[in-house]
Amino acid sequence: MKKILLTCAALILTAGFGTATASTPEEDKAAWDRFYQQRFPNVPEEDYNNGVYTIDKVGRENWEAIEEFPPYEPFIDAGREMWETPFANGKGYRDCFPNGPAIAGNYPHWDKETGMVMTLPLAVNNCLEANGEKPLKYKKGPINNILSYIAFESRGQVVNVEIPGDDPRALEAYEEGKKFYFTRRGQLNFSCAHCHLQTVGMVLRTETLGPAKGHPTHFPVYRSKWGTVGTLHRRFTGCNKQVRAKPFKAQGKEYRNLEYFLTHKSNGLELNGPGARK
Amino acid sequence: MTRIKSMIGTAAGLTVLLAGTLAQPVAAADGVSAVTEGKVLSEDRKKGNCLACHMMGDGAYPGNIAPPLVAMQSRYPNKEKLRAQIWDATANNPDSPMPPFGKHRIVSDEELDKIVEYVWTL
Ligand code: HEC
Ligand code: HEC
Repeated sequence: MKKILLTCAALILTAGFGTATASTPEEDKAAWDRFYQQRFPNVPEEDYNNGVYTIDKVGRENWEAIEEFPPYEPFIDAGREMWETPFANGKGYRDCFPNGPAIAGNYPHWDKETGMVMTLPLAVNNCLEANGEKPLKYKKGPINNILSYIAFESRGQVVNVEIPGDDPRALEAYEEGKKFYFTRRGQLNFSCAHCHLQTVGMVLRTETLGPAKGHPTHFPVYRSKWGTVGTLHRRFTGCNKQVRAKPFKAQGKEYRNLEYFLTHKSNGLELNGPGARK
Repeated sequence: MTRIKSMIGTAAGLTVLLAGTLAQPVAAADGVSAVTEGKVLSEDRKKGNCLACHMMGDGAYPGNIAPPLVAMQSRYPNKEKLRAQIWDATANNPDSPMPPFGKHRIVSDEELDKIVEYVWTL
């Protein structure tokens, strides 16, 4: 076992996605693909968007049973209503997102004008504020309705996060996200990569550790533990807290850059949100 | 159960619990009780939570991230070496996912000693 772990760690470093080596986003992506392929040779590429259930057979059976009566359905309906209800000024989400509601595939993306990573929840709130409406909270509550609706309508779109070469700040944001992913944090001293790369597929007490590739494709997610739907940044918060690290602000720069880096690793996978998890 | 577990965080609480429910000898200096307390600490999710990763003894629902803790005395020359591994596993293996229990004060010195006493018996 010790040997497997060390080989794993060595692979992470030699494959070029450790923090020690400089590598391009394309090289990182290829290294992750290779790593997971070697780790799970029988998993079909397109199945990674099912998150941990790609590799956890028993969990998958329970999950498929849950999907018969999707717990996130009421949230989609509530979101549709939000989408269709005009703001106080008579305008609506449609005016901000003319191609909507199926727009999840465009996020996150580098926004050259503002010089930052634009995520879907942030774009939603920008729309509300531009129309004199109150912005929504980023982890819990109604933001999950509108996000569930948009995610549902966007099913089947393919993740395609680009790191544009004509603005060096985009690569910087990506690199910051990458550094975040590999940095040890908290009293328990884990990086994201410890759980989702180095020990992926192993069992932490009763939890199977899922591959990071495919993690963001199905957000927002209904979690039985939460009893409701929650955002990706709420999940980041939870994964930070469980190692007793201080979580960062939802939609702050750290988590947005993290989302940028992480979602890039899911390029090529189909969006399949909202999801259901235990 | 979780409530009970979080209540037994302090050595005093632990002693009360052991005295009350298991009727074990309670003196901390007693070797037997240090081993028993070490076992409880090692399994407590808020303390060692070693079972998250290691199979050890008869602990329920162990993870499989780490090697099973067996035959410790045949692999460790003494308790100090064993203590050092639990104090900070990254000293030996910089990539280790094992939390540095002593170095990061996840458990106190006294608690660490008791965990070592228990692991030494495996
Ligand atoms: C101590 C272990 C551990 C660490 C450290 C950790 N995670 Fe997780 N994470 C889990 C477990 C267990 C799950 C649930 C199984 C799964 O979906 O992979 C999970 C789930 C997730 C999910 C949800 C996946 C889904 O399909 O719903 C995301 C996203 C995620 N982690 C991201 C991160 C990020 C980003 C970090 C670092 C900030 C991180 N994790 C650190 C253990 C960890
Ligand atoms: C998150 C995972 C994790 C947790 C929690 C954990 N360990 Fe470990 N432990 C490991 C791994 C992985 C190794 C393999 C060597 C390494 O990486 O340091 C290891 C190695 C060891 C070793 C050396 C084993 C040998 O055969 O040489 C001992 C002893 C040990 N752990 C004791 C403990 C004790 C006691 C606890 C709880 C107080 C604990 N561990 C908690 C992951 C963990």
